[in-house]
Amino acid sequence: MDGPQGRMEREGESHSMPGFAKPLLPTAPGVGTVQAKSKRTLAKPNLRNIVVVDGVRTPFLLSGTSYKDLMPHDLARAALSGLLHRTSVPKDVVDYIIFGTVIQEVKTSNVAREAALGAGFSDRTPAHTVTMACISSNQAMTTAVNLIASGQCDVVVAGGVELMSDVPIRHSRKMRKMMLDLNKAKTLGQRLSLISKFRLNFLSPELPAVAEFSTNETMGHSADRLAAAFAISRLEQDEYALRSHSLAKKAQDEGLLSDVVPFKVPGKDTVTQDNGIRPSSLEQMAKLKPAFIKPYGTVTAANSSFLTDGASAVLILAEEKALAMGYKPKAYLRDFVYVSQDPKDQLLLGPTYATPKVLEKAGLTMNDIDAFEFHEAFSGQILANLKAMDSDWFAQNYMGRKAKVGSPPLEKFNIWGGSLSLGHPFGATGCRLVMATANRLQKEGGQYGLVAACAAGGQGHAMIVEAYPK
Amino acid sequence: MVASRAVGSLSRFTASRMLRCPGYICRNFTRSSALLTRTHINYGVKGDVAVIRINSPNSKVNTLGQEVHSEFIEVMNEVWSSNQIRSAVLISSKPGCFIAGADLNMLTACTTPQEVTQISQEAQRMFEKVEKSTKPIVAAINGSCLGGGLELAISCQYRIATKDKKTVLGSPEVLLGILPGAGGTQRLPKMVGVPAAFDMMLTGRGIRADRAKKMGLVDQLVEPLGPGIKPPEERTIEYLEEVAITFAKGLADKKISPKRDKGLVEKLTSYAMSIPFVRQQIYKKVEERVRKQTKGLYPAPLKIIDVVKTGIEQGSDAGYLSESQKFGELAMTKESKALMGLYRGQTLCKKNKFGAPQKEVKQLAILGAGLMGAGIAQVSVDKGLQTILKDATLAALGRGQQQVFRGLNDKVKKKALTSFERDAFFSNLTGQLDYQGFEKADMVIEAVFEDLSLKHKVLKEVEAVIPDHCVFASNTSALPINEIAAVSKRPEKVIGMHYFSPVDKMQLLEIITTQKTSKDTTASAVEVGLKQGKVIIVVKDGPGFYTTRCLAPMMSEVIRILQEGVGPKKLDSLTTSFGFPVGAATLVDEVGVDVAKHVAENLGKVFGERFAGGSLEVLKQMIAKGFLGRKSGKGFYIYQEGVKNKNLNSDIDSILASLKMPSQPDVSSDEDIQYRLVTRFVNEAVLCLQEGVLASPTEGDIGAVFGLGFPPSLGGPFRFVDLYGAQKIVDRLRKYEAAYGKQFTPCQLLVDHASSPNKKFYQ
Repeated sequence: MDGPQGRMEREGESHSMPGFAKPLLPTAPGVGTVQAKSKRTLAKPNLRNIVVVDGVRTPFLLSGTSYKDLMPHDLARAALSGLLHRTSVPKDVVDYIIFGTVIQEVKTSNVAREAALGAGFSDRTPAHTVTMACISSNQAMTTAVNLIASGQCDVVVAGGVELMSDVPIRHSRKMRKMMLDLNKAKTLGQRLSLISKFRLNFLSPELPAVAEFSTNETMGHSADRLAAAFAISRLEQDEYALRSHSLAKKAQDEGLLSDVVPFKVPGKDTVTQDNGIRPSSLEQMAKLKPAFIKPYGTVTAANSSFLTDGASAVLILAEEKALAMGYKPKAYLRDFVYVSQDPKDQLLLGPTYATPKVLEKAGLTMNDIDAFEFHEAFSGQILANLKAMDSDWFAQNYMGRKAKVGSPPLEKFNIWGGSLSLGHPFGATGCRLVMATANRLQKEGGQYGLVAACAAGGQGHAMIVEAYPK
Repeated sequence: MVASRAVGSLSRFTASRMLRCPGYICRNFTRSSALLTRTHINYGVKGDVAVIRINSPNSKVNTLGQEVHSEFIEVMNEVWSSNQIRSAVLISSKPGCFIAGADLNMLTACTTPQEVTQISQEAQRMFEKVEKSTKPIVAAINGSCLGGGLELAISCQYRIATKDKKTVLGSPEVLLGILPGAGGTQRLPKMVGVPAAFDMMLTGRGIRADRAKKMGLVDQLVEPLGPGIKPPEERTIEYLEEVAITFAKGLADKKISPKRDKGLVEKLTSYAMSIPFVRQQIYKKVEERVRKQTKGLYPAPLKIIDVVKTGIEQGSDAGYLSESQKFGELAMTKESKALMGLYRGQTLCKKNKFGAPQKEVKQLAILGAGLMGAGIAQVSVDKGLQTILKDATLAALGRGQQQVFRGLNDKVKKKALTSFERDAFFSNLTGQLDYQGFEKADMVIEAVFEDLSLKHKVLKEVEAVIPDHCVFASNTSALPINEIAAVSKRPEKVIGMHYFSPVDKMQLLEIITTQKTSKDTTASAVEVGLKQGKVIIVVKDGPGFYTTRCLAPMMSEVIRILQEGVGPKKLDSLTTSFGFPVGAATLVDEVGVDVAKHVAENLGKVFGERFAGGSLEVLKQMIAKGFLGRKSGKGFYIYQEGVKNKNLNSDIDSILASLKMPSQPDVSSDEDIQYRLVTRFVNEAVLCLQEGVLASPTEGDIGAVFGLGFPPSLGGPFRFVDLYGAQKIVDRLRKYEAAYGKQFTPCQLLVDHASSPNKKFYQ
């Protein structure tokens, strides 16, 4: 509807910072009820209100495409620059920078610091990097929340980055040991005797583990078992994946993915949009062979999230500071929880455990939530979580709860696409979820959003996002 | 290469490995329900696939008995005659068990080989029909698939198994002294190749699903599921069924081929096996190996080779006929009766007849990190018991901790554990030098040096720190428990738990109760032992309890025989050829000369002339020279790290020469030497039953075989008396009594059995 026009309008917006908040048209197409709510706010006495002013991300690209020659801090820097540009925040006001990442480039293990320096932040602004698998940038954001809530900081940038186009591949342990020993060898004799121990198999490389360390099971394999445990068919999974791609395409076409900032890749064209959104047909998807449990599994390349490069960043402030600086924030960051469970059989059920917990903490129910943004690792994983949340048996026997929390209504669920279609740079997805929630609440006029995600290690996270009153 | 593989696999076939796994199941299931149709097997039709479900009522496992057999025939005939059905899935509704084997009672009820042969032939005919079925049948295997269960599965056109730890496939018949009698000897070689088939049938080992897939024993694996819409076990079976149905359909539609792609090694193997000369070499090698290892004591392995050979060289008809005949013959042998008896006994000794203890033991503490203490810790931590290991010095403690770690790590190397599971188990172990945390202990097992005053000291120290409910168990091999308990403030909580070294390998646990030990304390000790995976006998307190007391007179005779001039090597060969897994002289070295002396001295004082025989001086002089056995590097033999063939310790000769005793020619033939040892053992065992130290002959047999290595082929001392004849044993004892004196006087109970031939320990 307001496709290209809307996009231009927003690009215009980003130049008129601060006080950019021109409310987007509340005509969210395809959304059910768009009634303005005026429920109580979730502010807590004696606690600072913490707000998100805005957030951006680089376009998320299939790994091995335009970002393939970059390093992770290049991508992270692009997100930081985009955030600076979008919010016009003075660099020296930023108290702290936190980034999440999963597969670390060993040269830039504190990627937050390298990116911040390159992006022109003050060298007096400390930065650290966190890792918590697919909820790394969620951890970055909640760390920021804690720093502000405890009065340590007022202005924090949180973000995440992942570059799957390049991963550290190591020499084998034997080779590394020999090389290190060679370093220490003093005489030619010692060196020769070390070299004489060399065997060809020393050269076989060590790839980063694709499997869960504790169980040695790949995530796709676990997802396939999870789908089977919840009796989710291949067709259901393909249908859900198709939904994700279709909704993402629609959101992209309508210019709703306003957190995306263009990125001029050195030596390549400017990248302006996500490139993994590919609505296909159920017939096409049905042709694919199972990717993990062969030959009869149900998880395929088409109903899984793909390896993605991308970075994201959000600007988080204490409310009074934001107002003093003349910002019109987008949302409050409210209660959040982290959960963890059996990394073998319940690896991807984090959202099921986290959702009722965070709702309880905030004193809300499922009905209060206007926008759900759940991380989509696999169609089967999302559908399993929906089924688990809707099961009294599961709640009673595995979660120690009296009754199920209920499953979120799909018309409020990931309606601008999700990780399956937009892509999933492990370390950067959390910020995308929060910004999608904030932007959806703004656009649709809702009050509460719920973000939830699962992560390797059998962990999970959920957070309540509250729309900033207009 | 092929031959070496087949032979290499046999190296694991030893008598001590016998009876590890079941294949035939005793089930007390009454056959009165002839009126009820289809108690065990039912089927439903999904689309055009018949799903045949096996679920024997009132039993944890499915077994193949007469009723199951006839119901299976009925169901299959309906499946074959139905126009709607195009394929079938065969599945068990029981979690953890597909079919655990044939019904043992069905075999033991037979009195002639012909009856058994007939049972075999009926099964052969049925399974042949399954094999030739034009409607493909998929065996969906979750849990144990053993013996007849495996034979049925390999008759099907396709096999799908869950990759669960409980899913084990195997042919354990040999461990019961019989052979796979329902076509297994003929089908298995065709399916997995002759070498692998020999390995399976001659060792009886169980094969996990993933290995079975690699071998070609199963065609597809299904991963067990976690919690979902239902409890994991339930949903896993359902999922297995769903997957099996898709494959059954695929097979019926010819979209899936039941033929498997063979790897290069397999192709080469089967090529090699097509050359008659190679085959002959393999038979020869395998036979040689079996003869060497069984020493002619076990007839089943040779018959298995023979039957397989017949099938390959003379065709299936001859093979099947030979299989059923040999099956009938074997089922009537003393050996199979002995082995089946042990199997039943083992099942009985894996139950807690004292009921559940009032308080489950969750926190265990072990005093002494020596071989025994650390061994006990090792079998506890991997069962989830929180375990404190305490010793007096950091060095001793470190050695013990390393022993536990090594034990777990060896399992990782064998892929029985993941490194992560190892780490998690190892963190159940707390090593310490003080009594911190003992206030939370539910049970303390002391494994300190065998010295009464030391045991008294630790008992008092421990009682000062442990809670009221905590059980104090002593791991002693000879000190009477009531003497240890004498200084206890709470003797009802004191009990003996006699483990055998090496603890992680030896299955037996001898639990010793005093008159003051409470029933709940016993229940608690048995529960912990069962958790540790032990086979348990519970005996009354007394000098040497049961096991040590039986061993001591035999050991006394060992020394006597050595003093009479029989060399250790000769003695070892005489005892192993009788069926003992370890030679008698080697056994002294393994137990430790100092321990042997300690036991002989203590028990000698109590039992006097009945324990007479060799002179204690031999052991004393050995100790004086530092020949303590394996642990000191020298005993009767010399032990060196990495040296496999041990040499005699020539320094012993002078000791033995100086203490030489005259040998009496009429009781010194090879056979007499064997019987002098065995009859003393048996006589003492029967006396233990007579005196009430033992509660039952079963426990006596289990204790002797699993703890002391009494020949499994004889089934234990009591089974031996039954099968060999009490009169013959008494005759031998009288003969030796005349030559040596009272140590050979048969006990009253044995004499009673001899005088009334109808009296049997096992009715």
